[in-house]
Amino acid sequence: MEYILEMKNITKVFPGVKALDNVNLKVLKGEIHALVGENGAGKSTLMNVLSGVYPYGTYSGSIYFENRECIFKNIRDSEKAGIVIIHQELALVPSLSIAENIFLGNERTKRRLIDWSQTHIHAAELMKRVGLNENPATLVKDIGVGKQQLVEIAKALAKNVKLLILDEPTAALNEEDSENLLNLLLELKKDGITSILISHKLNEVLKVADTITIIRDGSVVETLDKQKDDVSENRIIKGMVGRDLTNRFPERVPKIGEVIFEVKNWNVYHPVIEDKKVIKDVNIKVRKGEIVGLYGLMGSGRTEFAMSVFGKSYGKRITGQIIKNGKQLVLNNVRQAIENGLAYVTEDRKSAGLILIEDIKKNISLANLDSISKKRVIDENKEIYVAEEYRRKLNIKCSSVLQKTGNLSGGNQQKVLLSKWIFTQSDILILDEPTRGVDVGAKYEIYKIINNLADEGKAIILISSELPEILGMSDRIYVMNEGRIVGEFSREEASQESIMKCIMLSIREVV
Amino acid sequence: MMQSIKDVFKNNIRQYAMFIALIVITVFFQILTKGILLLPMNVTNLVLQNSYVLILAIGMTLCILSGGNIDLSVGSVAAFIGAIAGTLIINMEMDVGLTIFICLLIGILIGIWQGFWIAYLRIPAFIVTLAGMLMFRGLTIAMLKGLTLSPFPEKFQQISSGFIPDIFGGLGTKLNITALIVGVIISVIYVLLQIKKRAEQEKYNFEVIAMPLFIAKIILVLAAINLFAYWLAAYKGVPIIFVLIGVLILVYSFFTTRTVPGRYIYAMGGNEKAAKLSGINTNRVLFFTYVNMAFLAAVAGIVFTARLNAASPQAGMNFELDAIAACFIGGASAYGGVGTVSGAIIGALVMGVLNNGMSILGVGSDMQMIIKGFVLLMAVAFDVLSKAKDRV
Repeated sequence: MEYILEMKNITKVFPGVKALDNVNLKVLKGEIHALVGENGAGKSTLMNVLSGVYPYGTYSGSIYFENRECIFKNIRDSEKAGIVIIHQELALVPSLSIAENIFLGNERTKRRLIDWSQTHIHAAELMKRVGLNENPATLVKDIGVGKQQLVEIAKALAKNVKLLILDEPTAALNEEDSENLLNLLLELKKDGITSILISHKLNEVLKVADTITIIRDGSVVETLDKQKDDVSENRIIKGMVGRDLTNRFPERVPKIGEVIFEVKNWNVYHPVIEDKKVIKDVNIKVRKGEIVGLYGLMGSGRTEFAMSVFGKSYGKRITGQIIKNGKQLVLNNVRQAIENGLAYVTEDRKSAGLILIEDIKKNISLANLDSISKKRVIDENKEIYVAEEYRRKLNIKCSSVLQKTGNLSGGNQQKVLLSKWIFTQSDILILDEPTRGVDVGAKYEIYKIINNLADEGKAIILISSELPEILGMSDRIYVMNEGRIVGEFSREEASQESIMKCIMLSIREVV
Repeated sequence: MMQSIKDVFKNNIRQYAMFIALIVITVFFQILTKGILLLPMNVTNLVLQNSYVLILAIGMTLCILSGGNIDLSVGSVAAFIGAIAGTLIINMEMDVGLTIFICLLIGILIGIWQGFWIAYLRIPAFIVTLAGMLMFRGLTIAMLKGLTLSPFPEKFQQISSGFIPDIFGGLGTKLNITALIVGVIISVIYVLLQIKKRAEQEKYNFEVIAMPLFIAKIILVLAAINLFAYWLAAYKGVPIIFVLIGVLILVYSFFTTRTVPGRYIYAMGGNEKAAKLSGINTNRVLFFTYVNMAFLAAVAGIVFTARLNAASPQAGMNFELDAIAACFIGGASAYGGVGTVSGAIIGALVMGVLNNGMSILGVGSDMQMIIKGFVLLMAVAFDVLSKAKDRV
């Protein structure tokens, strides 16, 4: 057997972070090769290097595809060579038809005009091949996610794909659609198409993959051959998570009081799709001075849960109870949530957290303007004073609080966002991915800030998809999957293996 | 710590750039028109001619701030209000004061109508106000039956052509003493506010600009205020419309820069999602900006009708474009969240001086349009390019 793809000694450095460290990946012609690892392990970065998203020269190492060295300057180059990547967020145009989407950027033409009959004939052929039973003229927005995924694959086939890369293709699919998709991969394999499958769902990986490469912290841990090696979920999980945890998290002696905040029987429906329940019977409680971790993979419903609690910022037909200090609260909007001492620090600081064109002080004061104003008139001097105080306390590195937040580094932006919510004087803080896109040094500082808040007696709900972070920071951990709480661990019980196992077991129950 | 003149300048370059441009253009036309441009009579006329743009630009600034939204209906609304005023005063002989009150009320109702579609149903402002532009123009023509109503009683005309009476009767000079006194009063208030601001900053141990600079700044501003007052005094005194516009500028500048609801408008335009998650009712903010815009369109309609001394079916054509251009020349961002009332005023004055200067020189209206369009394009291009440089 020959290798269709060889990636040799790939190293990719982002400012302050080594995302890939000397990675070697060999893919045999005609196999399905699974790539597994935690969020942030470097899987997507590796695939972006391969497909030309990071052009040649921005990484070190070399790539050989069909024994020729690849010098891809952009995605178009890699697609010309026969490498097509299908991202988690589908790249389809909702308002165009299936046929138009299949040939997007690759149109069937006659004398530079679109040849509609050829477009529809070819589209119908490709759709038959991927098992998509629809009219080619149907608009993409009118078909489900599972079928949209098939359109993506048909689109790849239209480009004469030789190596198909799928990034979490089943994350948004139900079991039937997932099953179909996996069978399609096996069909395509018979036709000689090689696939790289990135997935969190190890049962799927074990079902279809011939070879499994495990990546952790930007390096390859091992590559397993299903024929030769002993491949089990346990072995894969151990490979994915087995890392030294010392000194990444500041020391803290928890001083935990009584229960201050409870959410009971919480149910939420999707805001657009009728009858789709996103959150199912969630019950959680938090004590004073406690850091409670809420762990789940992407799409498990963590953010949706948090936002629905925070003044119904997400979802429809929300039912359940919120109890603070023994009293039931009704929080119909964000204002009420803030007034009742809740704070939600978004995972998406750039598009939902900060006003990047405004300066630091205006961002910090935004959620609590009342405390720096008299009769609705803002005391600008007090505003600067407050901002300066947080700049000192949280060590925000900036030339002045009048600097635009958009010009700060990720870590400092996050500190501004934290300042804003600490300034609301909330006693219950929901921190959603507080260290996403933050470099290692700043992460440690943010952990210290979180610990200090807990020590002041605030209740913290820490949402993260980084397991080590959850384990290193939390006093207690809830594990969430598919919109429900599937496990609760004390600090002592929790380990990477036990939590991963809990999730994998719950997935199997659903599938 | 003291801020140097360089820092002050660097932090406000966009504002200063347009202000400097205004001065350069003014000096340029002052020379070309051999001193006619800045004659007291002409200065008064210039502001009178552009009073409706100044008023509309204030409201348009708030709309643009809230997220790059514009209001295309303001010209038609102004004309419609003019038609109502004409019908009530000329045809029905209603009292002027009561008429003005009804006109402003109808303006607010129009704002509620448009604001409802824009803010609560989230139909793009462009479309709602385009519909309003057609509808209110149609209503104007229907109400006037296609004819022009004229003349208005003296009392109504006074709104835009009247002057504050000179209680001192000139005291033997040819000057209007009231205008001079008004200048002095404004000067005193300005100095007191500046001193208070500085004292507060020192209380918090903040950086303040160096004392000589502080004094130089005050002297410059005082000179400008009193020179202007003298200019007015040498003609007929303070026009009533100046007082109206002055008050509007002060109130809306204060509202946008110093109050909580004003801050909400900026926050919404800067990042609506973040504003919502900070507890701001963004629908209400957007609703308010359009109610306010229609209210100011009604004010502009009254002022314009009074100046023209007629309610015409063709009144208010292209007002919306002048107001929008003024905002963008004055540094507002087409994406929202950036811009100031004072910037829009400077933008409107740039356009006004260009108009007036070229008219005095006898430049044809064809050439005037070309030049104004080019100035708009250059002003925004300068903004975009200077920001692109910032980012590197």
